[in-house]
Amino acid sequence: MSDTHISDGEHEDPSRRDFIYISTAAAAAVGAGSLAWPLVSQMSAASDTRAAGSIEIDVSKIEEGQQLKVLWRGKPVFVRYRTQKEIDAADAVEIDGLRDPETDEARFRPAFDGKIHKNILVMVGVCTHFGCIPVGEAGDFDGWYCPCHGSHYDTSGRIRKGPAPKNMVIPEYTYISDTVIKVG
Amino acid sequence: MSGPSTYEPKYAAAKWMDKRLPIIRMGVDFMGFPSPRNLNYWYAFGGILSLCLMSQILTGIILAMHYTPHVDMAFDSVQRIRRDVPFGWLLQSMHAVGASMFFLAVYIHMFRGLFYGSYKAPRELLWIIGCAIYLAMMATGFLGYTLPWGQMSFWGATVITGFFGAIPFVGESLQQWLLGGYSVGNPTLQRFFSLHYLLPFVIAALVALHVWAVHHVGQNNPIGIDVKTKEDTLPFHPFYTMKDGFAIAVFLMIFALFVFYLPDALGHADNYQRADPMKTPPHIVPEWYFLPFYAILRAVPDKLLGIILMFGAIVVLFVLPWLDTAKVRSMRFRPTTRRFFYIFLFMCFILGWCGGNSPDDLAFTFGHKNVMVDGHEVSEAIGMTFKTLSRIGTIYYFGFFLFLLPVLGWIEKTKKLPDSITKAIHDGEA
Ligand code: HEM
Ligand code: FES
Repeated sequence: MSDTHISDGEHEDPSRRDFIYISTAAAAAVGAGSLAWPLVSQMSAASDTRAAGSIEIDVSKIEEGQQLKVLWRGKPVFVRYRTQKEIDAADAVEIDGLRDPETDEARFRPAFDGKIHKNILVMVGVCTHFGCIPVGEAGDFDGWYCPCHGSHYDTSGRIRKGPAPKNMVIPEYTYISDTVIKVG
Repeated sequence: MSGPSTYEPKYAAAKWMDKRLPIIRMGVDFMGFPSPRNLNYWYAFGGILSLCLMSQILTGIILAMHYTPHVDMAFDSVQRIRRDVPFGWLLQSMHAVGASMFFLAVYIHMFRGLFYGSYKAPRELLWIIGCAIYLAMMATGFLGYTLPWGQMSFWGATVITGFFGAIPFVGESLQQWLLGGYSVGNPTLQRFFSLHYLLPFVIAALVALHVWAVHHVGQNNPIGIDVKTKEDTLPFHPFYTMKDGFAIAVFLMIFALFVFYLPDALGHADNYQRADPMKTPPHIVPEWYFLPFYAILRAVPDKLLGIILMFGAIVVLFVLPWLDTAKVRSMRFRPTTRRFFYIFLFMCFILGWCGGNSPDDLAFTFGHKNVMVDGHEVSEAIGMTFKTLSRIGTIYYFGFFLFLLPVLGWIEKTKKLPDSITKAIHDGEA
């Protein structure tokens, strides 16, 4: 190394200029990226908003044929104690013809005893069209009806008619006792 | 068009200034800007729009001094502005009515441009900047309407942000990112307020580009032929400052009529109810100026397609300069296109009417038929639903831009153009 004599300063070394060029560009790219990330990310749901994302609901107070409406993540959750007639109607539906095919069974989570109880239906009460709140015991299928643009849901909350593309959403929930459900 | 500056500074101070920052020169050139001598009152809306923007910014900054962007306080703070703040009733009314007047003026301004072919070369970019302003105005109007936090504010925001949720794959995360939560809530209101404050200044910057472009390429005119000599023009001041001034005075009288006598006529009664996330109003309708687009959205049964069409209705405006193939600008010399234009205008009103009504209700009844309901015979009206009508309107809307304008440009036999603006005036054609 030491015996090669290159007189620095007199002789232009193109690789040195490349180095400045590339390292500046790299620093700018990394800098822009690491600045953009927080600028974009700050818009997402904040920690406290996300922490408030679960609730507990006592279902023992609901009578057969009644519906409880609770606010969860700013949206209503319907907890409906379905009548036998409603359960039978939901069971009788031919899955193949549905817009968003799903069995009634698939819309329940196991209760505290590990079994599926098809009388307590827990569902996000938001129309999958543009987010209105459907009214209960209404519409062509006696389930829910959304007055905004006329979507009809059956007694399982599945979309049957109208512009909405999907069944009403079943939130993540678990039974934490025989009568208390934790949503979220 | 603007030509070399003819300003000669007279006083020592003006000369000193002119060497350092030629801002007086800019103002003088602006006022003396040569404008075609045949401009009619449809050309006054640019000035009216500038006034609207200034009025919105001024009243808005004042409202922001009294308004509280929080879900628990926003509704009350707006009511307090209307009841307790000195002259708050006036300023709030000017701002809310002003938004409607702004849109009224912008629609007239746009239809004017459409009729006189002002989007054609060399004014394509001028037109596109205008479309961008319109888009920013729509965003501003939507964000502002959320702020009073009434039922329509809340549910309008829910429906509109729901559009983003319909985008495949990324939709749901995108929507949550926009809302800052799982649904429209306090984080949403706060960012909407911040952006509602910001956007008018973005609009102001776009307006500066828009006016710059007008001054660079020159104004179009009702007969759509180029200015050829100095004879064809008049200086902006005093000729058009007077004409615009008169138009502004008339416009302000209409504005004042609404502000003082009909402050709520253009709004919706449901917005006097506090936002309630547990209860949807029976009919969610946007402000009147969005109704045609709302009708297009609901004309199709598929959610995503409806959204694509609705945004498409605005996108076609951006590419209009390349859709219309005609060489002649003004529709005064395009007899066939002119008729289709009038139908287009009519269809925009039809779409607006559809947007304000429920899709399944009847727009026209043709007669009655008897049907059995629960064992009783009842008479039921039959006719055309708003959904069908809005489909007709939607097809015409897109057909006009995507089919009629390209094709008519090729086949239409246009009337003979006058030799010059001055000659047209003497022949009584301008
Ligand atoms: C492009 C110009 C603007 C448009 C089209 C516009 C539109 C609107 C609309 C439609 C509303 C709802 C009015 C109501 O129903 O009461 C509103 C409210 C509001 N705007 Fe604007 N705005 C503009 C500029 C501004 C500016 C520059 C500011 C402030 C810097 C501002 C601040 C506010 C505030 C504080 C409210 C809530 C109070 C209220 O509802 O009266 N706006 N705006
Ligand atoms: S929001 Fe329910 S039908 Fe449109």
